[in-house]
Amino acid sequence: MLKLKVNEIEVEVEEGLTVLQACEKAGVEIPRFCYHEKLSIAGNCRMCLVEMEKSPKPIASCAMPAAEGMNIKTNTALVEKARKGVMEFLLANHPLDCPVCDQGGECDLQDQSMYYGVDKSRFKENKRSVPEKNMGPLIKTQMTRCIHCTRCVRFATEVAGVPELGAIGRGEDMQITTYLEQSMQSELSANVVDLCPVGALTSKPYVFEARPWELKKTETIDVMDAIGSNVRVDTYDWEVKRVLPIINEDINEEWISDKTRYACDGLLHQRLDTPFIKYNGKFEKASWDEVYKIIKSKFENTSKEKICGFVGDLSNMETGYIFKEFLDRTIDTKNYDSRSDNRFINTSKRENYLFNSSINGIEEADLILLVGANPRYEATILNARIRKAYLNNNTKIISLNDVDDLTYPYKSLDGKTQTLNNILEGTHEISKEIINSKKPLIIIGESLLRLESSEFLFNKTKEFLLKNNKISDEWNSLNVLSTDAATVGSIDLGIINNENNLFSDLKEHKFDIVYLLGQDNLEFDKKDEFIIYQGSHGDKGAESADIILPGAAYTEQDGYFTNLEGKIQKAYKASYPPGEAKEDWQIINELAEFMNNRKLFNDKDELDSSMFNYLNLQKEKQVKDQKNFPKEFQNENLIIKVKDYYFSNVIARSSKTMVDCNNSKLNLKSTGTEG
Amino acid sequence: MLKDQDRIFQNLYNDKGSDVASSKERGDWVNTKEITDKGRDWIINEIKESQLRGRGGAGFPTGLKWSFAPKEVGSRPHYLVINGDESEPGTCKDRDILRFEPHKLIEGCLITSYAVQAHVCYIYIRGEYFVDGQKLQAAIDEAYEKKLLGKNAAGTGWDLDIYIHYGAGAYICGEETALLESIEGKKGQPRLKPPFPALIGLYGCPTIINNVETIAVVPTILRRGGKWFASLGREKNTGTKIFCISGNVNTPCNVEEEMNIPLKELIEVHAGGVIGGWDNLQAVIPGGSSMPLIPKEKCETLTMDFDSLMAEKSGLGTAGIVVINKDQDIIKCMARIARFYKHESCGQCTPCREGSGWMWRMLERMAKGDATKDEVDMLGDVTNQIAGHTICAFGEGSSWPVQGLLRHFKKEIEKRNNLDPIVQKKNNIPYLVDQHLLDKKNA
Repeated sequence: MLKLKVNEIEVEVEEGLTVLQACEKAGVEIPRFCYHEKLSIAGNCRMCLVEMEKSPKPIASCAMPAAEGMNIKTNTALVEKARKGVMEFLLANHPLDCPVCDQGGECDLQDQSMYYGVDKSRFKENKRSVPEKNMGPLIKTQMTRCIHCTRCVRFATEVAGVPELGAIGRGEDMQITTYLEQSMQSELSANVVDLCPVGALTSKPYVFEARPWELKKTETIDVMDAIGSNVRVDTYDWEVKRVLPIINEDINEEWISDKTRYACDGLLHQRLDTPFIKYNGKFEKASWDEVYKIIKSKFENTSKEKICGFVGDLSNMETGYIFKEFLDRTIDTKNYDSRSDNRFINTSKRENYLFNSSINGIEEADLILLVGANPRYEATILNARIRKAYLNNNTKIISLNDVDDLTYPYKSLDGKTQTLNNILEGTHEISKEIINSKKPLIIIGESLLRLESSEFLFNKTKEFLLKNNKISDEWNSLNVLSTDAATVGSIDLGIINNENNLFSDLKEHKFDIVYLLGQDNLEFDKKDEFIIYQGSHGDKGAESADIILPGAAYTEQDGYFTNLEGKIQKAYKASYPPGEAKEDWQIINELAEFMNNRKLFNDKDELDSSMFNYLNLQKEKQVKDQKNFPKEFQNENLIIKVKDYYFSNVIARSSKTMVDCNNSKLNLKSTGTEG
Repeated sequence: MLKDQDRIFQNLYNDKGSDVASSKERGDWVNTKEITDKGRDWIINEIKESQLRGRGGAGFPTGLKWSFAPKEVGSRPHYLVINGDESEPGTCKDRDILRFEPHKLIEGCLITSYAVQAHVCYIYIRGEYFVDGQKLQAAIDEAYEKKLLGKNAAGTGWDLDIYIHYGAGAYICGEETALLESIEGKKGQPRLKPPFPALIGLYGCPTIINNVETIAVVPTILRRGGKWFASLGREKNTGTKIFCISGNVNTPCNVEEEMNIPLKELIEVHAGGVIGGWDNLQAVIPGGSSMPLIPKEKCETLTMDFDSLMAEKSGLGTAGIVVINKDQDIIKCMARIARFYKHESCGQCTPCREGSGWMWRMLERMAKGDATKDEVDMLGDVTNQIAGHTICAFGEGSSWPVQGLLRHFKKEIEKRNNLDPIVQKKNNIPYLVDQHLLDKKNA
């Protein structure tokens, strides 16, 4: 620990911290533009100048390491003058177009100029104007406003791992641009919008939509992937205007993926706002009573073995639980599942389907083996952590398949299950590396679990790790990379059928009634089945349905989600369901009441407490093995099927912004005639 | 006047040949092994005793700099980098060393590398010195051929490889850390200090960076002894120095002279006097364009060394003397220099990026007489807001010449720019105070 003085206040800080951090510890706020905790230090904005005893010049506090016995002063005339001087320079060539700038109201420059700005300008020359740059469909540029803090450049090269963003020219003519003005090829690109302290980089889809003080802000959870990024949803009346990250060091640090941020316009399109009934292939609007009546009669006239239900990838845990209760108690069937294909999941222990090392644990790992996973697209934020581990510790990364650019170098193998088997048998060179490393990380992707020999390989992997002491209380090397927000929560709730293969039964048309709860990813041809679809968007599931029950999206109802590490987090209601639509749990509760004259739960609180009770009981459960997987090894090619990144769920598929992103990725030039 | 036998660069005018054989006649490469045999500590001590100060502009004591290098080579190798990015306007001394006295430099590299335990030495030469770089390359090749470089260089038992790296013509790459960035293949922008390059420099390894002239005088100092070098000049400003005299003089030249020589002697004796006679002198920039100018009155008695120029609020810099006579428009001259600095600012730090262009534009208007009276003080304010607030010394370098102009020629500017701003009220409030608050108080 180092002792130093800040404005005569004595503080003790750890070694390696900067003067700026020491000042913060002393409760002294230092203005800054270029400094950002998560990025490397540039020290170029010069706003954080402070006076240090024995130094003739003011020092940049963000860059100066704290040292024993320093005497820092931040309230002297020298400091004041230096900061005001810097502020004058920053504003000299800044357009001061705050009234038409989207950053207005949440602009660092605006805020700090209130303290350090001077109300009159002495700059009599012409102001510099800089041409706008194309940075893709997400980032709107207005480069005249740029103050050259290079936060965006540092983010792109360090965190996102793409080299495209940089500064060209020098001196006054320095400009931030992407290489040849192509869009940034990163799934984290829009974080530069948050990082930009001025209005140079603003959000393109959100342009001129609202002012920050007009928005209602709700802190909630994202559902675009299984990470469970913490986000803030900003709403204007019913509309979700934007999604911003909030800091959670254990999960998403400060970043969110582009899909998380911009798929929110999908919440406005393709919405189901009233119940529908299909007559002669055409949907007609109906009332809730009508649809309940039809469903009731259908259920009553069908034997319970002929009824099945599927929970989708975005459903929260309450919905999943009440659906399970509905099928268990009201219908009395076990034909329900939360998967969309016959993927192997060993539910006997919770660690078999979790990301056990935790996202933070990635940074401690010394070897990472990816098996059937492409984390860049399946879990973007987690991939950023792997890159961080690579940058900080030079962690060795091996992937069984060649999965193209992951933003960090890795060694790729041939993608055959035989190779994996060799590794697990200890005959491959990598086996030794895994055994010799202290904290290895094996990340099993869902693609592996879809293989014929998935059970064999999964269990063998676990055996191998157990045998070599890689699964213990301190460190668990076994990691399953789930891709959907609802996956882990639904498995925890036991919404999985290990007795029968519902998916092949469905394909063989063994069911008469199929209840899809937000499930749009099933692959089967409809024949005579009566399909009930309950969900928020008119997508594949709704298209095939005979009855549509309009539900709510994740921003429109309170609900729990368990992320891939097994952390349970609550998403809060930011908006309300459109039109006649209702919250999902309510629909099922009402349906149950309609059928049996008795509600399943009196209110949401009862549902929640019942669910947590169930989860606690489940902890001691022992589930039988799955029956429908062969137990022996088969030589297969592991092919990684990643869902189309920008269209992985109903919300993203309804989003126009995601279409733009996809087009820019395919390098389709916008012609301006698409309408 | 320096005696001929005390001259270090005997071939400054290329009348004796620059190959190994003729260099040996002048004493280079004669007993390199004997010098290195005396050990690192002896070399560094001798340099400390000679009180040699860096010839690149800042005048940092060379022996002290070398002693900052780690004593033991750790996991990372040490590097020696020679700064030959001589871009300061008015300076051309390194060029003549590169082409006419390359073996002084190469031998200096070997001895210094031995002293700081570097096996690789990079010589960074500005891109415009391409021909001179080729000449140096030829000399390096010849040295390799004669086993003066490479494995067991010159029989000293020390292995040394020298590589030339050409810059792309950016002034800022003469700043030592920007130079390192440039060698690493990055954009030439100065790094933050600390950490200093002596500990974390090129590719993150301990690196000693010295000017060409500094390294080229090292072998001679070690041959003739630090005491001899210290006997020239005066305390803390010892030895000889190549002065580059240009501008309005009859015979512009490079000349090696003793430190502390009177400026008038340099101009009158070596450069053939000011065009139009001494009385036609207006001002002198004593140390390359980044140093504040000195008006004629002070030039009469001025002696040229680090400390005496510092006392005049100027600096020796690179000893590039630019003579300006009364035929020149001094404001226009400074505007031109400001334009150079505006063009060469790397753009990293706010004050320098925004301020250098602002200064230039104001000076251009002042040269034309388009500025208002209050802008003269404002210009001073702007220079003060730049100097000392930037990562590297470029902030000082760009504002000092303007400050020099304001210090000595303020009347000239005011005479030309006598427009009064519309607001007549003079309440002498420093600008950086919220003026509307004060107005209220006065009301």
